[in-house]
Amino acid sequence: MTVRDALNQALDEELERDEKVFLLGEEVAQYDGAYKISRGLWKKYGDKRIIDTPISEMGFTGIAVGAAMAGLRPICEFMTFNFSMQAIDQVINSAGKTLYMSAGMVPVPVVFRGPNGASAGVGAQHSQCFAAWYGHCPGLKVVSPWSSEDAKGLLKASVRDDNPVVMLENELMYGVPFEMSEEAQSKDFLVPIGKAKIERQGTHVTLVSHSRSVGHCLEAAAVLVKEGVECEVVNLRTIRPMDVESIEASVVKTNHLITVEGGWPQFGVGAEICARIMEGPAFNYLDAPAVRLTGADVPMPYAKVLEENCLPQVKDIIFAVKKTLNI
Amino acid sequence: MRSPSLEEGPPVTAVLTREEGLHYYRTMQTIRRMELKSDQLYKQKIIRGFCHLYDGQEACCVGLEAAIKPTDHLITAYRAHGYAYTRGTSVREILAELTGRKGGCAKGKGGSMHMYAQNFYGGNGIVGAQVPLGAGIALACKYFGKDEICLTLYGDGAANQGQIFETYNMAALWKLPCIFICENNRYGMGTSVERAAASTDYYKRGDYIPGIRVDGMDILCVREATKFAAEHCRSGKGPMLMELQTYRYHGHSMSDPGIRYSKKDCVNLLYWLIYIQGLLSG
Repeated sequence: MTVRDALNQALDEELERDEKVFLLGEEVAQYDGAYKISRGLWKKYGDKRIIDTPISEMGFTGIAVGAAMAGLRPICEFMTFNFSMQAIDQVINSAGKTLYMSAGMVPVPVVFRGPNGASAGVGAQHSQCFAAWYGHCPGLKVVSPWSSEDAKGLLKASVRDDNPVVMLENELMYGVPFEMSEEAQSKDFLVPIGKAKIERQGTHVTLVSHSRSVGHCLEAAAVLVKEGVECEVVNLRTIRPMDVESIEASVVKTNHLITVEGGWPQFGVGAEICARIMEGPAFNYLDAPAVRLTGADVPMPYAKVLEENCLPQVKDIIFAVKKTLNI
Repeated sequence: MRSPSLEEGPPVTAVLTREEGLHYYRTMQTIRRMELKSDQLYKQKIIRGFCHLYDGQEACCVGLEAAIKPTDHLITAYRAHGYAYTRGTSVREILAELTGRKGGCAKGKGGSMHMYAQNFYGGNGIVGAQVPLGAGIALACKYFGKDEICLTLYGDGAANQGQIFETYNMAALWKLPCIFICENNRYGMGTSVERAAASTDYYKRGDYIPGIRVDGMDILCVREATKFAAEHCRSGKGPMLMELQTYRYHGHSMSDPGIRYSKKDCVNLLYWLIYIQGLLSG
């Protein structure tokens, strides 16, 4: 099942399960979704549950948050997270902080979802990763799925969570098919928010990643195994609250840490992981400094060769592993 | 005064019973005294941070509340103490919140700008952000189908925020049961309306949304206009806009020493009205 179909199934199941759930965003209804994630849903559920909005991010995001405050459970789609910047005040100040400011009186059960990060040749203004931006803020939960199971389970868990959740999908992953376990096909399949998954067991080095980069880590691991290097690949799944314990346990085992992400290096996800490892018990188990592989510190260029080289590739991961292990 | 998109306006006469008159008077006086006390407490440094006082505008919050039901919804910006009171929070809880005590309505975690109650969504610090929120609450009202409406308040300063126009568009498009209410107290912080707005006809800003301009110092005007607007929304005709012309007696906040001179006092206005009508005696 592709990530797209997994998301579609999750939306369908949650809309069916709870009357209070509804979807709003640009082109989500009659167009079947800009990226076809909501295909067929408007036909099935109608105007009341699937709402096409005008191009008014700040306005419709505020409307989604207000609806959540008044007891509904909206799913607010951003065509890409780049456009969420226009509405970021509503996400952080209205959604993220209200439960706290009201001392628990006003919960805001809203899900903000859409594609995040680089795509293919869409240029600088359409390629930014917002994991660090939203991950910085207490009051929000932030998830970042890689596989179809991740996508389905995390979306369902996000809808059922009473907190505002930012779900950072990836456009290039939408068409990628994955095996779905028996369990993952159930209508109550949830992936817990705040728990990372070990995608591949290893002993020599820990590769921590989220979203599309997880796939690159696994590809690198498949090449490295031929040279006798066993990589442990950790799929974060959740950016906030981050499952530091799982990373620590892995580092204690492998003694080497490399973080891999598509976002910019400064103040990023990798920076946070390194800081947390330093502050905790796993630091004493490191045999080499932790390394961050990130997107290049430039606005994303358009030309294919430039764009490819602005993101961590499989060969970069292999190189970093060898350097860290001194081989 | 009403915008061209409205065929008829609210009634120009009203009935005021003795009970109502005394109740409104008592409520307005309570808010007046609570705000003046807050002024003192702030100067004694017992209240910290921001403190935006509502004295002068009491006829607005009391008049609005008189026209709606407790099951209706209301959201405003940061000049919210009056609304916290009319929406059911006690003076004790308000002052406890202002002074950072756990007995405050937000256990001391919110402060002046973040007070909430049943069907009262604050208390919002970011100018204009509460307007899309209010339309969202109205969307929920329509979704649940319980005949409830949402009063969405903002000031003359906020009226120039882009997100308000985005909200007007969606509220009208989807016929949301939302009354947009501009409390025009002539100043956005230190800037007078003439220096901030190319058009100071705030009741017309909604363009295709019918709007009325109301004397916000006369509680009966506020009440009758709101009843009219509420009926419009409840009947499924979509949103309405009301501009309440009012005055604040303090500066924008306690950091603003600005003194505003106003001949009108809405509390006195009501007092004399009920006195003249002979409602006080007996």
